[in-house]
Formats: sequence, C-alpha cells, structure tokens
Amino acid sequence: METGTAPQVRVNGEVLDLEGTDPCTNALDWLRSRGLTGAKEGCAEGECGACAVMVARPDGVGGTHWAAVNACLAPAASLAGREVVTAEGLGTPEHLHPVQSEMAVRGGSQCGYCTPGFVCSMAAEYYRADRRATPTGADAGADDAGAPSPAHEAPGPNGFDLVAISGNLCRCTGYRPIRDAAFALGFPAVDDPLATPAEATSSAPAPCRVEGAAGSYVRPTDLAEALRLLGEHPDAVLVAGSTDWGVDVNLRGSRAPFVIGIDRLPELRALERAPQHLELGAALTLAELERGLAGEVPLLAAVLPQFASPLIRNTATVGGNLATGSPIGDLAPALLALEASVVLEGPAGSRVVPLDTHFTGYRSSVRRPDEVIRSLRVPLPLAGLTAFHKVAKRRFDDISGVAVGLALHVEDGVVARARIGVGGVAATPLRATSTEAALEGRPWTEQTVRAAAAVLREEGTPIDDHRASAAYRRAMLAASLVRLWAEGGAPEAVHA
Amino acid sequence: MSGVRIPSDDLVVGRPLPHESAALHVTGAALYTDDLVARMPGALHAHPVQAPHAHALVRHLDVTPALAVPGVVRVLTGADVPGVGDAGVKGDEPLFPTEVMFHGQAVCWVLGETLEAARLGALAVEVAYEPLPAVVTVREAIEAQSYQGGMPRLERGDVESAFAGAAHVYSGVTECAGQEHFYLETHCSLAHVDESRQVVVQSSTQHPSETQEIVAHVLGVPSHAVTVQCLRMGGGFGGKEMQPHGLAAVAALGATLTGRPVRLRLSRAQDMSMTGKRHGFHTRWRVAFDDDGHLLALDATLTSDGGWSLDLSEPVMTRALCHVDNAYWIPAVRVNGRIARTHKTSQTAFRGFGGPQGMLVIEDVLGRCAPRLGLDPAELRRRNFYREGQATPYGQVVRHPDRAVTCWEQVLETGEVARRLEEVARFNATHEHTKRAIATTPVKFGIAFNFTAFNQGGALVHVYKDGSVLVNHGGTEMGQGLHTKMLQVAATALGVPLDLVRLAPTRTDKVPNTSATAASSGADLNGGAVLDACIQILDRLRPVAAGLLGCAARDVVVYDGRVSASGGPEDASLTWAELVSAAYVQRVQLFAAGFHRTEGLHWDSSTMQGSPFKYFSYGAAAAEVEVDGFTGAHRVLRVDIVHDVGDSLSPLVDVGQVEGAFVQGAGWLTLEDLRWDETDGPQRGRLTTGSASTYKLPSLSELPDDFRVALLERAHEDGAVYGSKAVGEPPLMLAFSVREALRQAAAAFGPEGVAVDLASPATPEAIFWAVEQARGGGVPPGLEAVVEGAPGVVPDQPGASAPPVVPASEELVPAPGLGV
Repeated sequence: METGTAPQVRVNGEVLDLEGTDPCTNALDWLRSRGLTGAKEGCAEGECGACAVMVARPDGVGGTHWAAVNACLAPAASLAGREVVTAEGLGTPEHLHPVQSEMAVRGGSQCGYCTPGFVCSMAAEYYRADRRATPTGADAGADDAGAPSPAHEAPGPNGFDLVAISGNLCRCTGYRPIRDAAFALGFPAVDDPLATPAEATSSAPAPCRVEGAAGSYVRPTDLAEALRLLGEHPDAVLVAGSTDWGVDVNLRGSRAPFVIGIDRLPELRALERAPQHLELGAALTLAELERGLAGEVPLLAAVLPQFASPLIRNTATVGGNLATGSPIGDLAPALLALEASVVLEGPAGSRVVPLDTHFTGYRSSVRRPDEVIRSLRVPLPLAGLTAFHKVAKRRFDDISGVAVGLALHVEDGVVARARIGVGGVAATPLRATSTEAALEGRPWTEQTVRAAAAVLREEGTPIDDHRASAAYRRAMLAASLVRLWAEGGAPEAVHA
Repeated sequence: MSGVRIPSDDLVVGRPLPHESAALHVTGAALYTDDLVARMPGALHAHPVQAPHAHALVRHLDVTPALAVPGVVRVLTGADVPGVGDAGVKGDEPLFPTEVMFHGQAVCWVLGETLEAARLGALAVEVAYEPLPAVVTVREAIEAQSYQGGMPRLERGDVESAFAGAAHVYSGVTECAGQEHFYLETHCSLAHVDESRQVVVQSSTQHPSETQEIVAHVLGVPSHAVTVQCLRMGGGFGGKEMQPHGLAAVAALGATLTGRPVRLRLSRAQDMSMTGKRHGFHTRWRVAFDDDGHLLALDATLTSDGGWSLDLSEPVMTRALCHVDNAYWIPAVRVNGRIARTHKTSQTAFRGFGGPQGMLVIEDVLGRCAPRLGLDPAELRRRNFYREGQATPYGQVVRHPDRAVTCWEQVLETGEVARRLEEVARFNATHEHTKRAIATTPVKFGIAFNFTAFNQGGALVHVYKDGSVLVNHGGTEMGQGLHTKMLQVAATALGVPLDLVRLAPTRTDKVPNTSATAASSGADLNGGAVLDACIQILDRLRPVAAGLLGCAARDVVVYDGRVSASGGPEDASLTWAELVSAAYVQRVQLFAAGFHRTEGLHWDSSTMQGSPFKYFSYGAAAAEVEVDGFTGAHRVLRVDIVHDVGDSLSPLVDVGQVEGAFVQGAGWLTLEDLRWDETDGPQRGRLTTGSASTYKLPSLSELPDDFRVALLERAHEDGAVYGSKAVGEPPLMLAFSVREALRQAAAAFGPEGVAVDLASPATPEAIFWAVEQARGGGVPPGLEAVVEGAPGVVPDQPGASAPPVVPASEELVPAPGLGV
C-alpha cells in the first residue's frame, strides 16, 4: 500500500470527503454533484472558463495564493489536500463579495452563465498579493499616435491585470462592463478571511490515494515511488496539470484505471541556474515558470503570455506540454530554438535527450513508457536575438496555425549560430535546419534575411486545415524572419 | 395612465438598473435547467447515437448490445413514438431518422442511470449505414440545383432600364460564413411526469409554446397535457428558438416511457455538431451607380445555406431580402432568394435573422465599389441614405430616416473622426508594416416579426392581498434583460416600488400560445401585454381609491406605492397595500390577463410587399482598426456608436445589448470560422471547427481598446411601450464598420485608391490575402473579382415556376397530415 492521507478537500470552508471518486470524474462534475452548481460546463475542454474555481496554491516563497483553474479538466481526486473556493463561497446574494458586487452593479452579467467563472478568475486576481495601484494605469502604454493600449494589456488603475480573466469567455456583454468591474475593484480588507488561504495548503507533496469504482488516483510522495508505480501499472496515465488528458477524458472518452499525479513531486519542481544551463522542472506550471524566470529567458517570456489562457497556465506544466508531443504546442518551437534538452528519468536512471531528437512522430517521442520527464535543460549563454511569432485566428488563447521560435547569435555582424523551431507545419515540432544553414556564417543583413526567409518558406510540409491554408502557413514562416529583422533585429539593436 | 403628479423623469422605467438576477448570477445561485437535475432524484441521462456520415441510409439498427451495458435503462427509437415522430412544424425533421441528413445527426437516444452508462450504451448500439452522396457547400448545392422551400423575389422599378442607362455597372459575388451561436449554456431539457400525470419539461427554450406543441405531438397528447417551463437561459441568440423542440420531445418521451425524470443535456461537441447555426450566404449581384455615386439599381440572387431541413430558413431569407437596402435608397431593386439544401445542420435563427446577411451584401458592394467610383466609402454611403418620404423596396415608407443621419453625424462628431482620419493618414505614412483605418457604417433594421400573426404577446399579472405583485409573461429570459424591463414596466404602470413586483418563470400553463422571444420583439410584445394587464387592474382599483379618498376616479394617482387624489391634500393618501386590501373586501378582481397585438402591420409574401415592421431602429458606428502587414492580424482600437433605442426602458440593459451585439457581430465578421470537411474523405460533411478549441469567439482581447456607446437622445417612439424601441438585434450589424475598416486598412498597404476584396470572416489569413491583393497580388483566394461594365453579370433568375414561400407568408403551421 502506497502512502496517502485521507482524501479530503476543503470547499468553501467545509471539509469534504473524496473517497470513492473515480479518477476520470472531473472536479466540475464532482462539485456540481455536491450541489455546488454555480460553476458551469461551457465546453469541457478548458477553453471557456465557465467552470473556473479558485484553488489555494503554494506561492513559491513559503506562502499560498489563489489560482483560478478550470474545474472541468482537473480530476476531482487531484483536489485532495487542497482548499477550493467557488462563486458560492465568495458571497451570497444578500452579502456579495466586492468582486461580485462590481460585476452585478456594472452590468457584468447578462445571461449569467459565464459569471461564476469570471467571478472566480477575477477574485484570484483581486487577492494577488503584489497587486498595487498604478495611478497612471491604462494611459501608460499609449503609443506614438495616441491610440490606447490593447484593452487587455495595460493594468487598471488598481493594478488589476486583465490577463487574469482572459481565459473566460462571455458571449453576451462584449466584455466592456467586465473590464470596468475589474478596474473598479479596491483592495481586500485586512480582515478578509480569503485574503490568506487557510492552512490546508502547503508546498508539501501531499501524497494521497483516492479509490473509485472505476479506478484509482494516486499522488506518490516522491519520484522513486512514482517510477515504481509506473512499473507496476504499465497502463497507468501520468497526470500533472491534466489540461490535455482532461480534454481526452471529457471529449474523447479516454478512461484509465490507474492515474498517477506527478504535479507535486519535489524532484520535478526545480527551477535552478547552473553555470552551463537552466534547469526547468517538468512539473512547474507555466505560470510558475513565468513568475520564476521573471523575464530571464526573453524567448520564453515571449511565449508564455501567448500560451493558452491563465486558467490553463495555472495548471499546465512544462513537462506535460512536451509529453503530449503535439505538433502545435507553443512551447516546443521556442525550446527548440533555445536548444533545450529533455531529462528523462526511468528505473535505469536518467538520460538527457536533445529536444530535436525527442519527437519521433505525431504525438510520439523517444520517451519509454516507464520514464518520466524530470526537467528541461536550456543551455547558457542565451542567444542575443530571439523572437516568438505565433499566428492564430484569435490574438490570445488560440491554438497556433504556425508558431516560430527564433534564436540567433550575431557576432560582429555575422550570424554565428541560428536555431529556429517551427510548429504547425509538420507532424512534429521541428527545427528549420535549412534556414539555419542559410543564416549561419552570413552577414546579418536584410539581404541575408530575405534569402533565408525564402528557405524558411519551404521548410516542413504544411497542410490546409481549418486553422490555416498551407499557402498562408508558408507565407507566415517567411514573414517571421522578416519581422525579426524589421522589429528590432537590425544590427544596431543587436549590438546594443 | 393618469400621470399629472408623476415626475416624468423619475419613472421606474428608464432607470439604469442592473439585471434583475445579477446578484444570483454572480454568486452562482441563479439556476439553469441543468442545475435542476440534482433536485430530481432518480433522473436518467440521455445520450445520442450520432451518425458518422453526412448522408446515409440507416440500413439496420440494433440496440440490444446497448441494453447489455450496465446502467443502460432503455434506448429510444422511432418505434417508441406514440404520436408524430417529427421535431419541427414543417414535417421535414424526423426525430428518429432512417435517412441520415448530416454528420452527427442522432439516430436514436440511450437512457442510462448515469451519463457515463448512457455514453457507453450509445457506443454499443450497432448501426449499419449505407453512405450516399452528400452536398456540403452552397456552391455545390447551386451546381446541383439542390434547393428547398420557396424562392421569393422582391422587386421594385424597372431594373433592366436602370442598368442600361447607368454610368457605372459592377458585378460580383459576395459570400459570408454562418455563425455558431455558442450560447455558454448548451441545450438542455429535463422532463418528468408529475403527480397529476402532466408532462412537465424544463427546457432551455426561447419558444416554450412551440416546444410544448412539439412535445405534445410527439407524445400524441393535447397541448394541455404538457407544460414547458424556462427558468432562464445561458444565452440564446436565436439558437434556442426552433432547436430545443426535438430535444425536449426526446426527454419527454423518455420520461413517459420509463416513468422517471430524463435529463438531456448536449455537450458542447454535440451541440455544435447537431444544432443549427446562422446561415451562410452566397450572393451574386450587379449594381448600377450614376456618376455621382448614387445607387440606381441592385440585382442580386441570394442563396442561403439552409442545411438539411427548412427550419426557419424561409423567414430568414425574407428578412435578408428586406434588408439588402440597409439605410440606402435604391430606386430599382430585384432580389431573389433561394435556400440551398445541404447535408449540414439545419441552419436557423441567429440574432439579426437574415438581416445581417442581407445588409452584408450592400455594405460589401459599397466597400468594393467606392474605390472604383473614386469616392471615399463614407461619402458614398452618406450620399445614398434614405430621405423622408422614400419607401423600402417592399413598399414600407421609411419613417424617421433623419435618425440615421443624426446617429451618423453624432458618431462623426463625438468620435472626432475628421481629426482622427488625419492621424491615421500620418500614422500610415510613417509605418510600413502596420496600417490603420476608420470606417463608418449605418444600420436601419425593421422591428416586428415579418409574419404578422406572431406579433402578439400575453401576460398574467396578479396582485395579492398584501399588495405584492406577481408578473407572468410569455417572454423568456436569456440574458437580454427582458425580465428586468418587464419588472420596470409593471412597477411603473401600477405605480408601485420595484421591490413589490416579482417575476415568475416563463411557463406555458400561465401564459399560453406565446410567440418566440425573438425578432428583438420581447419587450415590445410582452411589455405591451404587461402594461395592458396592469392598466386593467389599475382601472378597477381607481374607483375604489376614489371612494376612499373622496375624489373622482380619474383624479386618482398611484405613484411609488402611494395613492392620492390629484390636486388633493398631501396627507389624504393611502398606501398601495391599503388600497389593495380595500379592493379585495369590495370583491374587485385583483389580477388580469394582458394581451398585446402590434397594430398597423401587414405583409403579403406572395408579392413580398407590405408594411411588416412596426418601426425601424437606427444606428451608426465608427470603427478604427490596425492591421499587421506581416500576418493580417488586427486590433480594434476604438469604436464609437450612437444607437436608437427610443426612450430606453432600462439604459444599463440597453447599452449592454448594444455592446454585446456589436462584439458578437464583429466575431461573426472577423473571427468565427465554421469549417466543414469539404473533401471526399470519410469525414466529409463533419464540422471541423466543432469545439471551443477550434471555433474561436471573441474573448477579452477582442474588446475594442476604447469603446464608446451612446443611446440616441430625444428618440421617443410613439405607440411603443413607454416610447421604447427594440434593441436585441440591430446593433449586431454596426459591426460592419469593423469589416469595412479592415478592408480600408488592407488597402492602405497598396497604392492610393486601390480596391480590395475581403473574405468573410475576415480572419488574419483573409486579411493577409487582402493586403497581398492591395500590394498587387491579385484577388484573394476563393473570391471572385468584381467585374466592371454594363450590363454586368446577371445573377441567376429563378424561372416562372419558382416555388413561392409556403404558406404565402412567414406563417409556421404544421404540414398537412401532421395532425395537431
């Protein structure tokens, strides 16, 4: 018998028993079956946010904070040891929470179906500890022609970051009153009981075992136990944020009798700086990675805000994104450009696989069934000139038609080294090696860029599909390099 | 109402109140149909067996393997239907089809103790299909002459002469895609048989009466044996006008056969693959202008993509034809409509109901022709506005055309458009890879159901002995704020504080024979009925008050819960509760059924002439966009709107409707991309963007950076409820300003005055090709070039034998033999 404490979760202050919950029962259905019907199913694939709830999470500096997550994707069992607050727990019709009050009086709800989810996303940001008033707020980003900053990019005068609610869809309001509600919020009162999540959560591994009629969800104590379980249960599914597998469960009927939760294994949560590389723990959420790196890797700083939505980034992990092997995942093109390697841990020990040899085909890789991705390694020093260009129909929270990660070392006006990762143009993410060759050793000039762009246009084997035509994908490949040149890639900027 | 003492600026109507359920919404306490399942012990769950073919015969259906799945209780098939096995009112929507007509159509339904059991049961059902050739696109349908329903023609003037004498003739093709409603709440029905053997169906329906009728005919029982209730919906947008009926019928059938409650909730994937959407349209047109850019003639054939059954396609087409003029005077008009039958979901009502598709034609024509005429597009539009005394092509005099002008000029002024156009020019001169543009477009939209009979509403208002008021009306609440407005109307009409009035859920056993909450008419029709009921009650109370106050009945004033005599002493007044109590003792009836019929309407769809609309709603929008020349991606920088809602019943609600409709319209025109598999592969006809991850609707990042909405002032509408106008649909079409601005921004990448064609939706890819066209790369893929020169390419003209719309109006009646 593996380790584990009684599987319980605290929801709106009440301790509830998770025993008997199947591993494929998601948190949304589980909450609704408990009578908490505020959270809604809008899409069951983490795209709409109608199911958003707040979960207390370690903040990385010894405390906890609220993270809004999609309840439709998380296995209910994975809530074991967590503290959860839903819209019902924030306030009642008679005693509205400040977030609820602002949403109500400003016309932030019309049909009301998306509203509980919005309220939870908004409340998590309301309680963000480092949110500070920025009196100049929305004016700060006005550009040369006086146009306002994109509505979602400038924080409000109260420091509210609208990105926090960008994973919630509303079909009725057009969002203006929701933005106004967010910007009208004050700060939590000193005696606000939710300002600090309760003791229920810590950064400890919180091992647990939840047995349901259709299977088990087990969160092991450490990596060794995880590997042992994986060896004993070859049919086990490894789950970290469950943002990909959760979609398979909900939409494609995937089921698993044995699910291993690796999201809190300490060995997988490192964020370390070695002299020759950065070590990025596979179980770090994308939000944790973004906070932890704080812009240290500009290419990743460019990718992460464009990766899905904050609701997803709060649970999706670095390792999970690579493990799915999707040809249109956004992280892989950037990591290919960064020349990252994957650290795989198995019963026989660990091995380091360069990412460009990691993917072997559509959603497949060299990782053996008994191995776990432990971390990603990004070699240092970083290239001086990097960019990430994502082309999709919607500016945020959309899946790429084409994604290009570019990393160039330009020395004395010559391209010393070029690494380009592309997604969306083949069955796997891949390196644009011909283009790299067309750049390396050449002077960093517009002529080189144009010539290399013509090569990049022909990389991969793009297809026509509902996201983009092959012709457009090719045009976007070429445009990515030209854009790098046009937007800050000119020599003086490189040397600055 | 006698209103001598009422300060007219302090009525309950006109106050900017939050949605009546706002506090419930934000706390998760507002209940929707699916939230009721937990209150219904023993409910079974329904799951469809969806066909994997766009067109096929069901050769064999074996449900026995499903019955062996643990937890499966029953499989519903056509053999179980005691009544009429049809989900529609036209007899062309078999509930359990033997011929599959679209990819994903349900051929039977499995009932399980859990949804998981029902799902596994559905997987176990064995179906043998014989695939048949499928028509998937409108162009294929035109090629195959695959049409359904009537082929109406709307004609005025001598079109051929107008073309023959015109200085400029252009012809072209305009296509627009459909749109998925993507109400956040998917379709849901929860049926049970109650203690009186009545079938009760909780349904997310915009049309409870019709849902009731369909459930009754499927069950083979009279309508009085079925009650449908709609608590509220998580969005409707037209998608729950016709589509809920069959789903409710399946749930009701399951409940009657098993004796247990049955819940049928579609997953998003099921909802998107099974229910109808906005019609995509294909239009071939030719247009004539004089030398000054005045429209002389329009000749067009509009072909809508109706999908597999007729549904509401005929009235949608009628409205499209009635809106090809938008706000413009076109002396000679000939527009033909035809409905393609394709092997897709049955396209249906969607906010605007054909109006947007019709108006897109003329806006696209003007946008494409303006550079060819050498005119600024805004000037071309403004030059062609209707003037007082002119009539629409269908013969209705355009009342208040000056309001379009007022909206237009106010938008230009408050939006400082002239100054900003100079800034845009400066910006474009200094930015090689990014271009901006501002476009202004008008809206004129006719309000009322085209089909006259639907323009009626009912209400039931109860005053209880304690003075509290309960209002029932026939309209449904889907987020549009109808209930909020009805509370305000009732409180104002009775002269009581708002908190004395409560609204009951919409039920067919309270107010029967209702029209759909649709056509933006909810507040007009139900407001009229609520007002009527309240006036009846007040007229009965007034003599009672007169007796108590010692004044004439006509001098009794009720305001804010106080009852007094006009001109009488202030202290000689009663409370509302005292009056009501006294009335009860005097045996005065304290409740009333209200009824409203919109007067002055007539429509003959055999000639496509009449005055179908109560009034026109007007508006104008100026949108500024910025286009990225590398990718075609865009931002909407600023939008200014002035919109005419009459005297607003509820300004916060109305502004919300304007903003929401605008963003939804912009989504349709720039982002939302319905794609079906058009290949000859095994998935032919499947919706390839059938999920939230592939079908993108506007998110917060599509909110215009600067969004300013003003309601037109001094806009009282005579003969409407407290001077108000409908608001639900018209502002959606203000989003044409975004599309036209994108066209102009794309053109700014090319030489001065270049004409640009733009596909719809104007996704980044579509805009990119438009930019490439401006740069000299030719017509974007998939579009047909505009041809210049008389007489132009004449659109297909249906022959003399073209079928009329049947019946010769928008009327929806059961086809012969359907019974009921």
